[in-house]
Amino acid sequence: MAETAEHLQARPPMRREARMHPLAVRIMHWTNAVAIIIMIMSGIKIYGDSPIFSFISFPDALTLGGDGATAFRFHHNFGQSGALQWHFLGMWIVVVNGTAFLIYGLASGRWWRMLLPIRPREVVATLADAMRFKLSHDDLTVYNAVQKLLYVGIILVAIVEVTAGLAIWKPVQLSHLAALFWSFQGARLVHFLGMFAIVAFLCVHVLLALLVPRTLLAMITGGPKVDIGRGAPPAALAPQLGE
Amino acid sequence: MSIRTLSPSRLRPARRIDRSFLAENKALIERIERRNVLRGALSLGALALLGGCDVTDTYAMQKVLTAVSAWNDRAQALLFDQTHLAPTFTEAEVLKPPRFEAYYGIADVSPVDVSNWKLELGGLIADKRSWTAAQIYAQPEQELIIRHVCVEGWDYIGQWSGVNLRRFLETVGADLSAKYVAFRCFDDYYGSIDMAAALHPQTILATRYAKEYIGDPFGYPLRLRTATKLGWKNPKWITAIEVTNNYPGGFWEDRGFNWFGGL
Repeated sequence: MAETAEHLQARPPMRREARMHPLAVRIMHWTNAVAIIIMIMSGIKIYGDSPIFSFISFPDALTLGGDGATAFRFHHNFGQSGALQWHFLGMWIVVVNGTAFLIYGLASGRWWRMLLPIRPREVVATLADAMRFKLSHDDLTVYNAVQKLLYVGIILVAIVEVTAGLAIWKPVQLSHLAALFWSFQGARLVHFLGMFAIVAFLCVHVLLALLVPRTLLAMITGGPKVDIGRGAPPAALAPQLGE
Repeated sequence: MSIRTLSPSRLRPARRIDRSFLAENKALIERIERRNVLRGALSLGALALLGGCDVTDTYAMQKVLTAVSAWNDRAQALLFDQTHLAPTFTEAEVLKPPRFEAYYGIADVSPVDVSNWKLELGGLIADKRSWTAAQIYAQPEQELIIRHVCVEGWDYIGQWSGVNLRRFLETVGADLSAKYVAFRCFDDYYGSIDMAAALHPQTILATRYAKEYIGDPFGYPLRLRTATKLGWKNPKWITAIEVTNNYPGGFWEDRGFNWFGGL
């Protein structure tokens, strides 16, 4: 029996159910976590060789490659070469995993659905609620405006951080990219401050996850089922993706 | 900016070992008996067993890190474009004198006696006759005002002049299809670069800094300056150049630093 046009219009859009955090997202999230820790711990050791700020230094115990005994056994130095080796191992994980995360987030519609739009009024309201300890955590699958702002912010910081890192690594081969940071030391400064921004994000991110452990659990088990039908990639992307 | 008497680099021990250490600790050294060393070795073995696979893990991890560093050599070689020139700068930006760096302090530099100095050539080079400083200084010179970047993170703009390395290698009939150009130095430092970097237009055997002869601490009479490599890849006080297909390594590379060291 043929359906009429009215029937089609009256039917609600089809629900497409999936875990809040699909397996791919969980794998990339935790791979990212490991890679970022490698980058920070080895990065602060490399920084220590020629500190940008004389009043900022890091103890070897916090670093990768900084363990004196290991450094001497393998390299006969104080760990600089070990830290560099770790940093350039982490670099590949960050670049490969980060690019996959970025493409997945944009192409699957996940980021458009979960992180946008961000309305300034909602940000203010959420912050006010947070001050009065009135934040609602009933529905994990919907991010509040401050969460959205932080997640979008950290994605942008990560892009700047990787760009500055490439400018430091290849100031000659990628000289046009390096020129974006004014000078070699400009790129170093951005890379260093970007690290602080990432650490600051991690502190808030981990603290909130521990305060509401269900969110942490969701990043391990996948969390509740959500309708991924609502919110699709923008029209420009949709045809290629067949969504 | 004045010459730093002691670079704060942590790439070298903070204090050099004083020979008096041996005399002062003679008694202690004599107390180290074979028996104690053996006992210690046994304890270390037991500790390794107790600690699960900690020691083995460290070695396994180091293997991974070394393999990734070798992979990074290849990745950088692929990324390297021989026609891409490094940014150049104006004379006003040049740091005089340049910044000193070596695996020891500036006070320990032994100046080269140029009347006895000669540049030896070896390996895949047709004309292996050695060169005197006067012969090299008579060659046409090329000037580079380029950024020096140290792996530690500092940088400065330097103004270097000297013989273009590609031109020099062609003059002596070097095999330009070989893989490596290796350098030996008066201070026992040694290093090597890939042939592609050696043939880059901004790679020179430098003889002058800011139009004057290079000062003793900075490599007089001859040093390498290449715009496409980190600072330590530019050996000073060069005494021999070898063209080879056998991986020559280098002073810092043998201490875990990445060989390609490209900018």
